[in-house]
Amino acid sequence: MNYIVPQSELKIVGTRPVRPDGVDKVTGRATFGADMTLPGMIWGKVKRSPHAHARIVSIDASKALALPGVKAVVTAADFPEIANEEAFVGEGPMNFRDLSRNCMARDKALYEGHAVAAVAATSQAIADEAIELIDVRYEVLPHVIDVEAAMAPGAPVLHEDMFTTGVEPKPAKPSNIAKRVSFTKGDVAAGFAEADVIVEGRYTTQPVHQAYIEPHACVAAVSADGQAQIYSSTQGQFMVRAYSAKVLGWEIANLRSYPMEIGGGFGGKTVVYLEPLALLLAQKSGRPVKMMMTREDVFRASGPTSGAVIEVKIGAKRDGAIVAAREVLKYQAGAFAGSPIGPGCMCGLALYDLPNVEVIGYDVVSNRPKVAAYRAPGAPITSFAIESALDELACKLNIDPLALREMNGARDGTKTHYGVTHKDIGFLSVLEAARSHPHYKAPLQPGQGRGIACGFWFNIGGESSGAVHVNEDGSVSVVSGNPDIGGSRASMAMMAAEVLGVPMDQVRPIVGDTASIGFSFLTGGSRVTFATGMAVTQAAEKVVDQLKTRAAQIWDIPVDAVEWKDGKAWPAGLNAGAFEPLSVAQIALKAGRTGGPIGSEVSLNAQGAGAGFGCHICDVEVDKETGHVKILRYTAIQDVGKAIHPAYVEGQIQGGAAQGIGWALNEEYIYDKNGKLENAGFLDYRVPVASDLPLIEAVMVEVPNPRHPFGVRGVGEVPIVPPMAAVANAVRSATGLRMEHLPISPPKLRAAVDAEAKAG
Amino acid sequence: MQRLNYAAPKTVNEAVSLLAGASGPAKLMSGGTDLLVQLRSGRLKPELIVDLKHVPGLIGIREEAGGFVIGASTPGATLEAHAGLKAAWPGVVEAMDLIGSEQIQGRASLAGNLCNASPAADSVPAMIAAGAVAVVVGAKGRREVPVEAIPTAPGRTSLAKDEFILEIRLPPRPAHSGDAYLRFIPRTEMDIAVVGCGVNVTLDAAGVCTAARVVLGAVAPTAVLVPAAAAALIGHKLDAATLAKLDAAAQAACKPITDKRGTIEYRTKVAGVMARRTAAIAFERAQGRAVKGH
Repeated sequence: MNYIVPQSELKIVGTRPVRPDGVDKVTGRATFGADMTLPGMIWGKVKRSPHAHARIVSIDASKALALPGVKAVVTAADFPEIANEEAFVGEGPMNFRDLSRNCMARDKALYEGHAVAAVAATSQAIADEAIELIDVRYEVLPHVIDVEAAMAPGAPVLHEDMFTTGVEPKPAKPSNIAKRVSFTKGDVAAGFAEADVIVEGRYTTQPVHQAYIEPHACVAAVSADGQAQIYSSTQGQFMVRAYSAKVLGWEIANLRSYPMEIGGGFGGKTVVYLEPLALLLAQKSGRPVKMMMTREDVFRASGPTSGAVIEVKIGAKRDGAIVAAREVLKYQAGAFAGSPIGPGCMCGLALYDLPNVEVIGYDVVSNRPKVAAYRAPGAPITSFAIESALDELACKLNIDPLALREMNGARDGTKTHYGVTHKDIGFLSVLEAARSHPHYKAPLQPGQGRGIACGFWFNIGGESSGAVHVNEDGSVSVVSGNPDIGGSRASMAMMAAEVLGVPMDQVRPIVGDTASIGFSFLTGGSRVTFATGMAVTQAAEKVVDQLKTRAAQIWDIPVDAVEWKDGKAWPAGLNAGAFEPLSVAQIALKAGRTGGPIGSEVSLNAQGAGAGFGCHICDVEVDKETGHVKILRYTAIQDVGKAIHPAYVEGQIQGGAAQGIGWALNEEYIYDKNGKLENAGFLDYRVPVASDLPLIEAVMVEVPNPRHPFGVRGVGEVPIVPPMAAVANAVRSATGLRMEHLPISPPKLRAAVDAEAKAG
Repeated sequence: MQRLNYAAPKTVNEAVSLLAGASGPAKLMSGGTDLLVQLRSGRLKPELIVDLKHVPGLIGIREEAGGFVIGASTPGATLEAHAGLKAAWPGVVEAMDLIGSEQIQGRASLAGNLCNASPAADSVPAMIAAGAVAVVVGAKGRREVPVEAIPTAPGRTSLAKDEFILEIRLPPRPAHSGDAYLRFIPRTEMDIAVVGCGVNVTLDAAGVCTAARVVLGAVAPTAVLVPAAAAALIGHKLDAATLAKLDAAAQAACKPITDKRGTIEYRTKVAGVMARRTAAIAFERAQGRAVKGH
């Protein structure tokens, strides 16, 4: 099916219609996770560990159970024990022992906020009181927060059975290093030997939260026969079904999972926290149970992305040609193994054509919440280090930073250090667009600076289902299995309408529950418009075939004498006969007499996702007395393949840049000496507010992905990759100070200013 | 289950007797913008909430003997909309206006900000700099107190159990006077001051400072009136030497803590910066030039 509709013939794809889910969202009618209510429903709450690391000696829930209105209490003892192994349930590898123990602590609490028990009661107030009545005895253990402290010999060990994988011989003692990974290309020592200039740096980033506006929430109901329903705010209803079933030891067929409207996820809703607890409480109590996290719970107990320490060494010839790069990355995983160290090792250097590369990565546990996916997981962290180091290199070589990237940038045929050869990529087109953008040449005032940085993300495909049904009146339903996070209902409807040749408002897209549509991997990896879009496009093409067949029947001519154009069946030529064209509605009217309902569902495993590249230009003004950084102007350029709905693509680019600027300037977790989080709220966990940011200009470069019918590449993750280095490089340009540690918060920048003044 | 009673008295006496008669912890409420957050977080567990907004005189602004009388529960938005007050005391009004969002401005009040007794309260340094007086009522009658005497420590005030603030009084303005308030926050809004600074000055016709009050917020357990900083200004124009002395005096007055919002070292340095910048605005205003604060 490898075709691309010629741009000139597109009628709907590439336009900007109002989103189908828009009216309900702006009028407050949309039903999010916490909006669901069922008859007889009661309230579930979680008791959380006040300690960063503690053995659970005993849990006595008798007083809570005696409180009138309390219907059930669950602890780890109510969950099946799961073996420590990587298992598969259609969503890729997952350690379900760790998932189970993250949902409910068993034996040990591994971070402050770790769930140790849950109650269900007839009111929220009673549930709150019951939580206080559960008596948990702890033996407090030494804890460790920082990644390098967790790696040091003698650090408190979180898991006695964690022996670093990827090292030979297997370590004799357990440690907090879950694994070591490495990638090598060429001969890095020989490469550095021929370098004229070498830059080296040690960069650190802090864990940052996805900061979705909607906290996790769900409602669970379990019938006496074991049939269960779960309604939740999630990026994947099939993920919720599979993960909950696995953690509970239930059969998948007994669980029906409904995705509610989602108030942001950014990767953070690709796992379960509350759902298995709510299901178990519902089963035990015999009543539907609603659970909601507070914002504090979200910060204390749900996944941020990793903080990291990254050492970089890059060598180049005097003309700027890079001859060698070495990178060592230490990523925090939180309390259980599984930081995005793999993508971290791959993404930072994937943008460049490098002869000699060595990358070593470590996945490290410590007493913090388990990390979860966050927009291009792992990539922004490594790119902060690499793109900062390249800026240093450009300074040292006295080369324009864009020219350095143009000279070394990956192109079709470039083989990455992790073995993949780039194909049909648009990095050089992105750099060209950056160079010709007026922003790059705009004058700066004293005290201002400009930085650029680039970013890469693989984008993925994967398993998706899409169904297109022609209704009795000729209107069209499009069903997909992916929660709509980035405007996917609009893009699904647009692609279906384009293929069918009907107006967008004739197509109604919905997101189906797990019993209403075939399996679909979750919304993540920038895959939905690509993979689910491919399924919907194919289903729509099958519907066109059916419509042509039905028209042929109505006209009593061979089907190959019918052609489909402008949403109608037409006789293919004079020989086919003289018939008035038939619309979808006219064919639908006669569906019963021509073979029954018209519709098609396609399930596929989409291959050939197109990698994405971006280049951001950032201007800042630095107040050297307070250390405050003002973002003056920001331009984000990205190869988007083909923008189905350009406004939503621009929105993705702007949103990613905004989150990255927050990561660069202020966002961090602040722990006290006992390992307790001190800033579990939006007042002191500072995401940018609207007035902190200028209008972020999104520039779309369209280098189509030939493996998608409309040329789509994923767009949602690339834009969060460049901002941290773009901001840091701009600060360097404004002040001469290289800020190697995020966030570049006012106290840190003022201290750097003072240190430089002292050094003279 | 814990009980929570709510009362909305219609007179001062009724309010005072409710407070005096409370058997457990009682809290006063004006806009509730701090109180409700503290209730929700579980930090406060009062048994009685006394809503003062229905007591006559608690909401509204009037001019009296050349000064202004501001009802204790008057929301920030009302201050911001009062042209006369804004012209006379732009620093006080903009300090109040910095608190929270548009929605919060519809509820939050000067007296509430004062009695919440946060060291970082934005309106408090501006009120102290202005020489504002709180009119306090209680079972023993009425007393007038300089606003700086109300907060005694974070979350604590000098008010007796049966007392509350009826109104805030701002004095008349001599000619060539100006005030200003600046705070430093890492973002541009919706944040808590890392350092706040209120400055109120009167100049002579030649632009030489004849009276000054300089107050710092968020650098000590309560807002600090810094006489040494005022002394650095009095008798001088705002030249480089004066600014340097002001900066040093402000830094010397800081007794901050290191917490999640800033370190001792950083807060101290920025206090000097804020003092200089705030004084510059106050001097401009005293010389009749309209200057934007934030």
